[in-house]
Amino acid sequence: MKKQTEAIISVALIAALLAVLFILERTIPSTSMLFTVLKKGAIYALVAVSMNLLNGFTGLFSLGQAGFMLVGAYTYGVLTIPVDQRPNVYMYYDGGMIQFALHPIAAIIIAGIIAGIFAYLIGLPVLRLKSDYLAIATLGFAEIIRAVFQWDKLGPLTNGSNLLRNYPSYKSVLFYFIAAGVCIALIVMLINSTYGRAFKAIRDDEVAAEAMGINLAHHKRIAFVVSSFFAGISGALLAMYQTSIQASMFKSAMTYEILLIVVIGGIGSITGSCISSFLFIILSEWLLRFLDSELVIGGFKVPLLRSGFRKVVFSIIIMIIVLFFRQGIMGTKEFSVRRIFNRITGRSRKSSEGRNGR
Amino acid sequence: MSENVLKVEHVTMQFGGVVAVDNLNLEVNKGEIVSLIGPNGAGKTTAFNVITGVYPPTNGAVYFQGRKIVENHPQGKMRRQYLGENEGKYDHVIAPTPDRITKLGIARTFQNIRLFKSQTVFENILIAEHMRRTSNLFTATLHLNGTEERNMREEADRLLHILELDDVRNEMATSLPYGKQRRLEIARALATKPSLLLLDEPAAGMNPQETDELTAFIGRIRDDFHLTIFMIEHHMDLVMEISDRIYVLDFGKLISQGTPDVVQSDPRVISAYLGVQEDE
Repeated sequence: MKKQTEAIISVALIAALLAVLFILERTIPSTSMLFTVLKKGAIYALVAVSMNLLNGFTGLFSLGQAGFMLVGAYTYGVLTIPVDQRPNVYMYYDGGMIQFALHPIAAIIIAGIIAGIFAYLIGLPVLRLKSDYLAIATLGFAEIIRAVFQWDKLGPLTNGSNLLRNYPSYKSVLFYFIAAGVCIALIVMLINSTYGRAFKAIRDDEVAAEAMGINLAHHKRIAFVVSSFFAGISGALLAMYQTSIQASMFKSAMTYEILLIVVIGGIGSITGSCISSFLFIILSEWLLRFLDSELVIGGFKVPLLRSGFRKVVFSIIIMIIVLFFRQGIMGTKEFSVRRIFNRITGRSRKSSEGRNGR
Repeated sequence: MSENVLKVEHVTMQFGGVVAVDNLNLEVNKGEIVSLIGPNGAGKTTAFNVITGVYPPTNGAVYFQGRKIVENHPQGKMRRQYLGENEGKYDHVIAPTPDRITKLGIARTFQNIRLFKSQTVFENILIAEHMRRTSNLFTATLHLNGTEERNMREEADRLLHILELDDVRNEMATSLPYGKQRRLEIARALATKPSLLLLDEPAAGMNPQETDELTAFIGRIRDDFHLTIFMIEHHMDLVMEISDRIYVLDFGKLISQGTPDVVQSDPRVISAYLGVQEDE
């Protein structure tokens, strides 16, 4: 199969997906659970891929994703609340200190940049650490960010521990798909570039990578900042989706959810992360909801089903995955048009260069 | 004197109370193949690590093509430990990271093969091109550096062809037989376009036939790539056959140096190796 045909099929598939979403939106009431799942799935796919860039492709085990999402979400909220709404939102802080509002798209990009700046500063000390120590340090910094954003003294800027709300948001599921899709495409392009090859070299063997002329500190910093930039953007999208934000939302539990998505999808597989994020959201928000409410069938009360049981089931699933399916859904492979084509025509897959057709 | 490509001057390396390399002086001239031999634990790999910037030495300096690339003076805690001579001679700290040394033109291989395991042979070679990139993060991400990318790939393919590795181009690096993995590691080092190549036990674990092939291979790349080669090796057949000069290290000290014939008949070398199996 030619490269060109492959590209055309990929584009056609993406167009078809968007068309289906467009039609669904016209036919199904917008309150449907389906749209909740799709929007949240797209947002989580982006943040999972950004985490995969660090954990799967650069070999930096970082757990700071929720912190950078928080920075992105707050930046978006703070910059976009309309001026006439500010006295309302910042009621304890005399309307806050910022008295302007930006266009949502501009605010999303700035959200990413601010998260990137935070990452750069945190990365200066933290990226000297390796493996588990890096994970602990990034997790700690994420918690510090959360605490600082709730600090009363910063109230005029962040509204303290109160909600940020009344900011504009896009309701269409198409917006979330396009925004997340563009960002994921950028990450894929980065991974397929010469920088991506350097990241993978660092992941495979730091000592050898350095001996090949790769500046470790510089490249680790790039990976960390880029990953956080996209985490910031996904935080802004999450803020948009939820219509109100509060720092206490972005607990470390959120990072673990994302890590779970990455592990289920396969560490080092972009498409794996995308697929598993939708799976995860569908299961946790929709299909497994029934586990949390009591159920009576013909006078018989089904045992164990009560609030919180869903988490128990999830924990068991995680344990099963970690014990028996360590590779996740995709391992380090990618789902692509070419692979399916080769599978159908039964041709051996000789070209092992990762290509992606999301 | 720009004759010598590499010059190691009074290099001492201490780890706590252990003196791994003790006042080492050596020179490698352009176009030579020079070997560093010695019993296990003599400090050979430590010397390599000092030259390539992995450790800053406790004292001493390293020159590459007449330019000082590594220098250290014993300071602080090290000053109390350091008991050697030439104490006041070095008063700067020049401690580049290994990637800077590679960019200067010193490439190395490792004692235990360190290939990029999850990548193909071609990708292993291609990584060396990264340090010569002119694109930045944005142009590379947006794939605006098409010409450069094509040149990188062509260059890697050219090298694979010269080193007769193009038949395994798309194999995973770790799926190669041992001898080929060694050869790939040398190829990867050559991809950085060095003028000095450091080989750390290139024949370790090879059978006699593979060793013979390697001997020919090392001689060939020296001529084809106009290289100077400095290597650590235990296979005495290989060392005696291709070395122009040999340095012998024992307990961190240089005990003998000269042509293979001189070294072979040196009583100090014989006593250092006595009771130690020569063929590993």
